[in-house]
Amino acid sequence: MSSLRSITFATLAKDIRLEWRSRDAVNSMLFFSLLVVVIFSFSFDPNAEESRQIAGGLIWVAFLFAAVVALNQTWARELRNQVLDAYRVSPAPAAALFLAKALGNFVLVSLLEALMAPLFVIFYNLRALGPAWQLIPVALLGTWALVVNGTFFAAMSIRTRSREIMLPLLLFPISIPAVQSMVEATRILLAGDGSARFWIVLLLTYDVVFTTACLALFETILQAE
Amino acid sequence: MNSVRFLWAAYIATWLIHGLYLGSIVRRYRRVRRQMKDLSGE
Amino acid sequence: MIAGTVKRLFPILAVLTALLLAYGTYQALVVAPTERTMGDVQRIFYYHVPSAWTGFCLFFTNLIASIVYLIRKNPKADALAVSSAEVGVVFCTIVLVTGPIWARPVWGIWWTWDLRLTSTLVLWLIYVSYLVLRRFSDSAQTPVLAAVLAIFGALDVPLVYFSIWFFRTQHPQPVIGGGGSLDPRMLHVFLLNLFTFSCFGAMVCWWRCRLEWLQREVDEAEAMESLLEPTEARLSKPKVTAGGGR
Repeated sequence: MSSLRSITFATLAKDIRLEWRSRDAVNSMLFFSLLVVVIFSFSFDPNAEESRQIAGGLIWVAFLFAAVVALNQTWARELRNQVLDAYRVSPAPAAALFLAKALGNFVLVSLLEALMAPLFVIFYNLRALGPAWQLIPVALLGTWALVVNGTFFAAMSIRTRSREIMLPLLLFPISIPAVQSMVEATRILLAGDGSARFWIVLLLTYDVVFTTACLALFETILQAE
Repeated sequence: MNSVRFLWAAYIATWLIHGLYLGSIVRRYRRVRRQMKDLSGE
Repeated sequence: MIAGTVKRLFPILAVLTALLLAYGTYQALVVAPTERTMGDVQRIFYYHVPSAWTGFCLFFTNLIASIVYLIRKNPKADALAVSSAEVGVVFCTIVLVTGPIWARPVWGIWWTWDLRLTSTLVLWLIYVSYLVLRRFSDSAQTPVLAAVLAIFGALDVPLVYFSIWFFRTQHPQPVIGGGGSLDPRMLHVFLLNLFTFSCFGAMVCWWRCRLEWLQREVDEAEAMESLLEPTEARLSKPKVTAGGGR
């Protein structure tokens, strides 16, 4: 068990180091996220009352796009250097590799969200009428929901044609209950419209189910490429 | 009762879609049989 | 021997199914009583719900076939998986088309986040992505990838159901198709069409499966051909220079 943890963290540390050295990719993703927020603000310009109702949807759609861009990046580098083949022959458990990649993506996407969220608050003059602290578990669980399946499907799409479009094509349908939960929870918390508890529990369930599935089946995927 | 038009639309649409799909299967069968003929003809 | 009998059975069953379909449609259009509030448009129900049921059965078949394939690597299971996915998408398409056509005259709106309609939409999306993956993936291990995707889809379904169900309790919407009890004559026609469409779905899936199996055998034979041909050409015409061929 401890070897799983140490392998995971070693791989994660390597990925973060690599990302830091290639800051260009991260910077361009940050700029992309900023652009998305601005475009949305131009396209949907409601007054304060309506903005609380739709901001949840807008924010998460924007996060979704930023996440897809980030996810597409991360496997591309592995493919370029045939790192995947090296992993396949190594005795390290595939689950460790998957966890490391997913955590790395999670850190990256959270970074993008941390940039975009304040901008949304500014452009839409948002103020949470419900218990605002609950937005944190929503953001964490929601981001993990997107990232865990996104990392898995990105690995699945590596040997397909039109790889970049394949990822969202596979990810979006499966993510529908998660996205609905995130959006509804955010809307409820911003508008102070009742309890978001059901949606948070549903998100948690989604995360548990799919994290387990990804960890269990990643070996199969890795061997299948 | 113009809502009956919707009834016909639904039934026709159903068989149109089924027809298109079954037609595509027939087309693919023809192609396979042609391939088989080419193979055995060599 | 069994395979031969089964193959001969197919055309007979196909004709029987077609007759059943005609009979079921006749019952739905003529024999079933007219519904009080919705009028004749309600007869769409006899196509809409059985199609949904058949589609879901086919997707369930795909799930089982995918799991069997992952465990046993049986190529027939994979052929069944791809066939049931395709035919399932066809039936779901019909649900998604007849649903709005029904909703429009009855409730004045094309779409409503109705539990059955919305979960059919999500299933349709998942399985279209499944078919796209199969089409776009070039590796020999595509069946494995597709099988994994099918499992993910199946895990997703209960979550989809719950999220839509709860959403509807928060935002009440019209229910397409049959809240409330059915007149026994309507029930009879409904059950008949349910059975009929299930048979129809099974027959089309079976046909598609045979096509898939045939196609794979032909592809294999062609691959063998192109592997063997250069050797044969070389052996049969030893003195021919390059550029001889056939």
